[in-house]
Amino acid sequence: MPLPEMENSLKFAQCSISNPTRINERGNCLNQLNNLTISQAHRLLRNHEISSVELARIFLERVEKAEDHVQALVTRTADLALKQAAKADERIAKGDIEPLTGIPGIIKDAICTKGVRTTCSSKMLENFIPPYDATVIERLQKAGMVMLGKANMDEFAMGSSTEGSAFFPTRNPWDLSRVPGGSSGGSAASVAAGEAMYSLGSDTGGSIRLPASFCNLVGLKPTYGRVSRYGLVAFASSLDQIGPLARTVTDAALVFSTIAGYDERDSTSVNREVDNSTSCLNGDIRGMKIGVPREYFVEDMQPGVKKAIESAISKLEELGAIVDRSASLPSTPYALAVYYILAPSEASANLSRYDGVRYGYTYPDSENMWEVMEKTRELGFGPEVKRRIMLGTYALSAGYYDAYYLKAQKVRTIISREFSAAFEKYDALVSPTAPCTAYKLGEKLNDPMQMYLTDVCTLPINIAGIPAISIPAGFSEGLPVGLQIMAKPFNENTLFRIGYAYEQATDFHKQKPTLPE
Amino acid sequence: MKLIREEVIHIAQLARIGLTEAEIDEFPRQLSNILENFDVLDQVDTTDVPPTTQSNSLHTVIKDDLVKPSLEREDALANAPSRDGEFFKIRPVLDK
Repeated sequence: MPLPEMENSLKFAQCSISNPTRINERGNCLNQLNNLTISQAHRLLRNHEISSVELARIFLERVEKAEDHVQALVTRTADLALKQAAKADERIAKGDIEPLTGIPGIIKDAICTKGVRTTCSSKMLENFIPPYDATVIERLQKAGMVMLGKANMDEFAMGSSTEGSAFFPTRNPWDLSRVPGGSSGGSAASVAAGEAMYSLGSDTGGSIRLPASFCNLVGLKPTYGRVSRYGLVAFASSLDQIGPLARTVTDAALVFSTIAGYDERDSTSVNREVDNSTSCLNGDIRGMKIGVPREYFVEDMQPGVKKAIESAISKLEELGAIVDRSASLPSTPYALAVYYILAPSEASANLSRYDGVRYGYTYPDSENMWEVMEKTRELGFGPEVKRRIMLGTYALSAGYYDAYYLKAQKVRTIISREFSAAFEKYDALVSPTAPCTAYKLGEKLNDPMQMYLTDVCTLPINIAGIPAISIPAGFSEGLPVGLQIMAKPFNENTLFRIGYAYEQATDFHKQKPTLPE
Repeated sequence: MKLIREEVIHIAQLARIGLTEAEIDEFPRQLSNILENFDVLDQVDTTDVPPTTQSNSLHTVIKDDLVKPSLEREDALANAPSRDGEFFKIRPVLDK
């Protein structure tokens, strides 16, 4: 796939990047290498100005430093990374290079990696070593991936702050006293801290887009069925999708193009061509019709977020888009209830597999099978996972199924129909990604309902199965704000096109957090 | 909808999930608080609206019935907490 023309911002050319010793002598040069985009690093690799092993070493060093502050990784895979980088260099030497060949990435710990511990940030899977790779990992490996580590997350992807990890909370590089968002918080914090050029996350109700918004990154939730879920530890199977987090729209599009496409091992995978994602990156959105659904501007939205989003919308208008500020998706207020019935119901069924028999934690001190099972699940799962299993079990239990589960599935139909109707009128919809910026660690931890409300703008997208992207759209009191763009199913390219045009016209995505030395 | 302590204990039994004393104390309030937020769905008229189970229109996906290599037995058993030869080992299901 051809890469688009890149902005020529490689100001460290004078640092003699072909000489790694000199790179190490020059701290500022090193910092700039950590801020490379995938497209920029690809050009350096292709021109043999740097090797993949050198790149991997620079990033591993950054991981060492940044992890003291950020704690984004559950597992570091330095040896594997160097091995993969050496392999990438062999390929590149033969002139065989793809956009992601030799590029350092980080993978959410919900995605199975053969031979590398995959914990889902749960005690239940603390020592689980998958015997197979997820499809997305196979595809990245084929493209020449260099994996630096596995990213922390809310346990089993249930949460919005990454405080739900059974191991430790991850911190937001923009303010270490704040959460990075969740559940893909480690995936976001690591890329924001310069530990990798991209990461994979998973998004069931906003788990890629919310942390992207809190950490000033681009985060894409692809159309349901676009990216194979084979090897993704299941949370809510009708809502889950894997997607990329990166610093620019172009980078997110490159990762998306690599992982997307039909896979017969996921029966919800759609057999449909993935269009060339970079061809739409031309900066031209003149005449595009964009709706702003008013229901997404919820009452208790932070004024700073509202201001940033309003100026982002004006910017799209300046760029020639035809914006309608009175678009409406009237059933939006029901999405939260629909989601918190459907997702826990599916989770309660999916997580029944953790019974202490085939893999995962097992309670050792009993000879009674039922006691072993109950104790395994009592000690293996954290409080939020238990709450959701309880909610889901209740919603699916005799006497309540129709009132909760079936009712929610019917309202799901109504929400989806409203999106379809909106996309008859508009090419895309835009909204804030979240009503707030990153909050303090502990702030919402004891009130599950408050935590759920941070996902109010992202949940409807998973319910309808459409694609959506969050892009950097400014700051409120020094903290990043994300703009969410939504499009018709399988129209990821529309998201890239608008996102890229906006990115070219602004420099929010170029702002980087500063970590303590 | 309000959940009382006894219901919480009953649901936990259905889910085969042990709860700590603290959770048994906390969950009735927390879960009731969440369930109350579900009542808004009563306002939505869903007469003649079919349910959506997942959002793309795929149904009953079938594959050709071909014999293909699958996980090696040792790989499949590698994470077993307890095994006996080529079997997963569990505690007795039936009383002696």
